Amino acid sequence: MKSARQRTTVIAAMSLAISMAASVLLLRHIDRLRPQASIEDVLYINSPKTIKRASLGFDGLMACIYWTRTVQYFGHRHFDYAHTYNELAPLLEITTTLDPHLLPAYQFGASFLAPKPPGGAGQPERAIQLMEYGIQNNPDNWQLYYNLGFVYYTELKDYRKASEVFERGSHVPNAHPFMKILAAQMAMHAGDFTTARMLWSATYETAREATIRQNAVEHLRAVQVDEDVTHLEALVTEFAQRNGRAPNMAELVAAAHLKGIPVDPDGDAYKITPDGRVLVETPDDFPFITKGLPPGYKPGPPKFHNHS
Amino acid sequence: MSPRIAYIAANTFREAVRDRVLYNLIAFTLLLSGAAIFVGQISIDIERLVVINLGLTAVSLFGVVIAIFIGIGLVSKEIEKRTLYTVLSRPVRRWEFIVGKFFGLAGTLVVNTFFMAIGVFGALLYVTHKFSKPDALILVALYFIILEFLVICSLALLFSSFSSPLLSAVFAFSLFVIGSFADDLRGFAGMAHGLTRWVATGAAYLVPNFSALNVISAVAHQQPMSSQLILQNTLYALFYSAMALSGAVLIFERRNLK
Repeated sequence: MKSARQRTTVIAAMSLAISMAASVLLLRHIDRLRPQASIEDVLYINSPKTIKRASLGFDGLMACIYWTRTVQYFGHRHFDYAHTYNELAPLLEITTTLDPHLLPAYQFGASFLAPKPPGGAGQPERAIQLMEYGIQNNPDNWQLYYNLGFVYYTELKDYRKASEVFERGSHVPNAHPFMKILAAQMAMHAGDFTTARMLWSATYETAREATIRQNAVEHLRAVQVDEDVTHLEALVTEFAQRNGRAPNMAELVAAAHLKGIPVDPDGDAYKITPDGRVLVETPDDFPFITKGLPPGYKPGPPKFHNHS
Repeated sequence: MSPRIAYIAANTFREAVRDRVLYNLIAFTLLLSGAAIFVGQISIDIERLVVINLGLTAVSLFGVVIAIFIGIGLVSKEIEKRTLYTVLSRPVRRWEFIVGKFFGLAGTLVVNTFFMAIGVFGALLYVTHKFSKPDALILVALYFIILEFLVICSLALLFSSFSSPLLSAVFAFSLFVIGSFADDLRGFAGMAHGLTRWVATGAAYLVPNFSALNVISAVAHQQPMSSQLILQNTLYALFYSAMALSGAVLIFERRNLK
């Protein structure tokens, strides 16, 4: 009786093991036979609202599941050097509708959506929509403004818009002081010297950290140089149009009725090259300037001056 | 609580344990530890959120399933096994039987939730390496889940007092689903006109509002909970459970058991 029972146990155990192994092997074969459209390319339900309702109030967990699915989708497509990410934006939309406070979905989602393929989906507009939705639902989170400004800056090269977003973000309570710095930086790139000077001055006045204040001073010096060089080059062009050649500095001072030889914030005179370019004397002393640099100049690491 | 109610409650708890109800804890532990370990590898920056969302959702769903499937059989099983007659032949009133059953089932779920809560906090400690002050909010979510169980237990008992186990399960589960949509129902009532508005408003207030008791997502994002919400949710759950239990007692008192 006992041996019969043992025999049954052994046979049942073997049957279980064989059946399991066979079903796994068969499933692998079936996967090879099926078309390559993988599960990640399929969204059974497209409507975020329907999914939210179907979650029976457990939308936080559903959002985590959809976020994980988004990461997996992007990871697989990225790994395959894919040029299409058709489901990325809908997946992110579902995720953030399910949980509007899921910050990683905005922060990483925008960096998945915005870059050009194959690095990303090449959909900066969708990334902006996503970030704006995130800001709308998390207005006190300054990092979302940072990410949005970053999209404007890197993908759309819209410095003015980027500056506006950083500026908005810098007013959020507990925003990192860097936001003000970024806003000013963007404004400078857009050629808006007044805004840049105002924001860098505000950064200098409000920042408590010495390095940020020092950085603000360097940028204010750079704004001054960029503005001076722009103004002087305009005068040089005007002179050249009238006289058919570029002036030297003494001629320019006389022609434009300047008070004296224009100098940079360190007191060194600007130079005019024979082809009409205005240069600073020592570009290494102005690590953030974008104008007045000699051709082929490669800046070294920024050197900060001590301005107390 | 009268000693008779306490005795029935203790027996109900013992019976549930004997029915291996607490075995669900094994599944819960596997689910949570698996999530805590693997989610970090397949997702980005949501380890803590997953542990809280998954942990509390599992506590809630496991509890709801237990409450419904045990609750629906509490009265009918006693009638079927004819043990109810032995109980009622002693100096036990019918309402005491119902209330005792309710406390027994609620006690089972509280014990179950207690062990699951240890699991949630353990998994959280595993992924975050230390607790922070806002993690205490998880206790509020767990408390609301227990309140939810009280409402479901009372509803399961109400249906069990007059219906078959299968129909009771259908009714109880349907009410759980409808109760999760209570806010939508109220919104629908607000948009309707005339008689439809009255009917929809009545239905919206009659079904249990489980969405008010679900603060899992808010807790996962460390959003503060007002003491007023805690107080009013407590009162709401107690009154609603009392209402359903009273209904169960009224029906069971008049039920012909011959």
